[in-house]
Amino acid sequence: MSVLIFIDTAEGHVKKVSHEVLSYGAKVAEQLGTTAEAIVLGAVSDDLASLGKYGVKKIHHVANDTLNNLDAQVYTKVIAQVAAACNAKLIIFSNNLNGKAIAPRLSVRMKAGLVAGAVALPDTSNGFVVRKNVFSGKAFANIAVSTDIKIIALNPNAFQVITGEGIAEVVPFSASVDAPKVKVTAVNKTSGEIVLTEAEIVVSAGRGLKGPENWGMVEELAKTLHAATACSRPVADAHWRPHNEHVGQTGYAIAPNLYIAIGISGAIQHLAGVNRSKVIVVINKDPEAPFFKAADYGIVGDAFEVIPKFTEAIRKLKGVA
Amino acid sequence: MKILVCISKTPDTTAKIAFTDNNTKFDVNGVQWIINPYDEWYALVKAIELKEADASTTIHLVTVGTADAEPIIRKALALGGDEAIRVNADSHDSFYIASQIAEVAKQGGYDLVLTGKETIDYNGSSIGGMVAELLDLPYISLATKFELAGGNATITREIEGGEEVNVVALPAVVSAQKGMAEARIPNMRGIMAARTKPLKVTEPTAADPMTTVTGFGLPPAKAGVKLVAADNVEELVRLLHEEAKAI
Repeated sequence: MSVLIFIDTAEGHVKKVSHEVLSYGAKVAEQLGTTAEAIVLGAVSDDLASLGKYGVKKIHHVANDTLNNLDAQVYTKVIAQVAAACNAKLIIFSNNLNGKAIAPRLSVRMKAGLVAGAVALPDTSNGFVVRKNVFSGKAFANIAVSTDIKIIALNPNAFQVITGEGIAEVVPFSASVDAPKVKVTAVNKTSGEIVLTEAEIVVSAGRGLKGPENWGMVEELAKTLHAATACSRPVADAHWRPHNEHVGQTGYAIAPNLYIAIGISGAIQHLAGVNRSKVIVVINKDPEAPFFKAADYGIVGDAFEVIPKFTEAIRKLKGVA
Repeated sequence: MKILVCISKTPDTTAKIAFTDNNTKFDVNGVQWIINPYDEWYALVKAIELKEADASTTIHLVTVGTADAEPIIRKALALGGDEAIRVNADSHDSFYIASQIAEVAKQGGYDLVLTGKETIDYNGSSIGGMVAELLDLPYISLATKFELAGGNATITREIEGGEEVNVVALPAVVSAQKGMAEARIPNMRGIMAARTKPLKVTEPTAADPMTTVTGFGLPPAKAGVKLVAADNVEELVRLLHEEAKAI
């Protein structure tokens, strides 16, 4: 038996989130006394063997160009073939956008119980129980999986990447691949910017900024920190900022290492999208803002005065004039 | 065109999250129930928009739940939709629910099955994909736009740092999120009409759940906010660097 980890790629490059699931999968394999293997689909330009440093021993590469774009139906059948060939009892995905498309299908196809949104290693002391987030991060549930084959979709940024030594053996896998029914006709990327859902630091601002013309200092702070920018719902609804920056219950749910909220009161709907952040900093002139209750660090003060000083202090720390 | 919209009942976003029976059950005491926002604002309203563009469209709603789910499905019918089907079952796991929806979908011969991207209680994002696999249909997840042209749908889906445009021949399963449609509220005419719209109750099909919840818990409370004076931002930067190691 083995643990099989799905390596997610975009345009031939291994996504950062894949390092996390490889580390997690290797750890689970060690826990179960088995080996960690991985699967990657489509053309890949990155060096796959070097992914061995995250603990994976063997990578099955289905290098069929039909698989360069995601069609969840086609992907599912290919992953099921590889899983059967390496006798995988546990299959691991990131619970990212592609993971959410594929893992549920594979669960049905392989009759494998799925824990979507896992946040911890499985507890195998009594059965197979995995902790996952529920109620939009306000609680967790322990989920027991009763099937022989199991699937875990790990929430992004829920597990620390472990880097060691090692080279993975990359083996081509020849699978039968269906013709896709989904045709990708365009890919539109917001170029050059840091991807919000993958960012380690996010600087977010709300109505306290008073108008879109004041976002310059937010962007400046974000740039200094190599952070992505985000905003609250009222800001996106008022078209001060694009909708793809909206974090919260109905926008993106994110889990960066550091979330800096400026002029955001912290309504429960907003918190639902950011409460998995490791460290939260709140800057608000209203000391009663509910966000302070969810924060690790806070400044009660006027954003227009605090932000430029904040940027300056970070520049000093980083030794940039 | 025939559309099936999946509707789930969830606790209101602001509901107090607590557990009973030795932390094995969600405490429903005093909880307000709503239509899962993603099902309502994006999946259902998108279906209504499609019907507004083409009056020959039929919209069916499906929910898996006991009789106490009926106020929620009536509320959904007040927004729009021609009839509703309630599969009379307690919800077990995602696979069980997806099996019920797939069975209804098979009977109805739909061109499009729409779900919200996830429910705000279990956050599984699994129903759409599972239904699609059970029906052996294409699945486009996390869609932000949907347009029809002939028998094809042009669907925009979210990818990391952007979006991807997909074209697929119907039938298909699509999960909807922000961008798909604008939220609306039911009007009086809709509320009146909903009272007389058919609500069929069917018995569940056999399906074995693959997972069970053994217990719930609340995340450890935050230690409390550490406040720094507004004129001492350097101190905040020092704490973030040395203590939190976040920058």
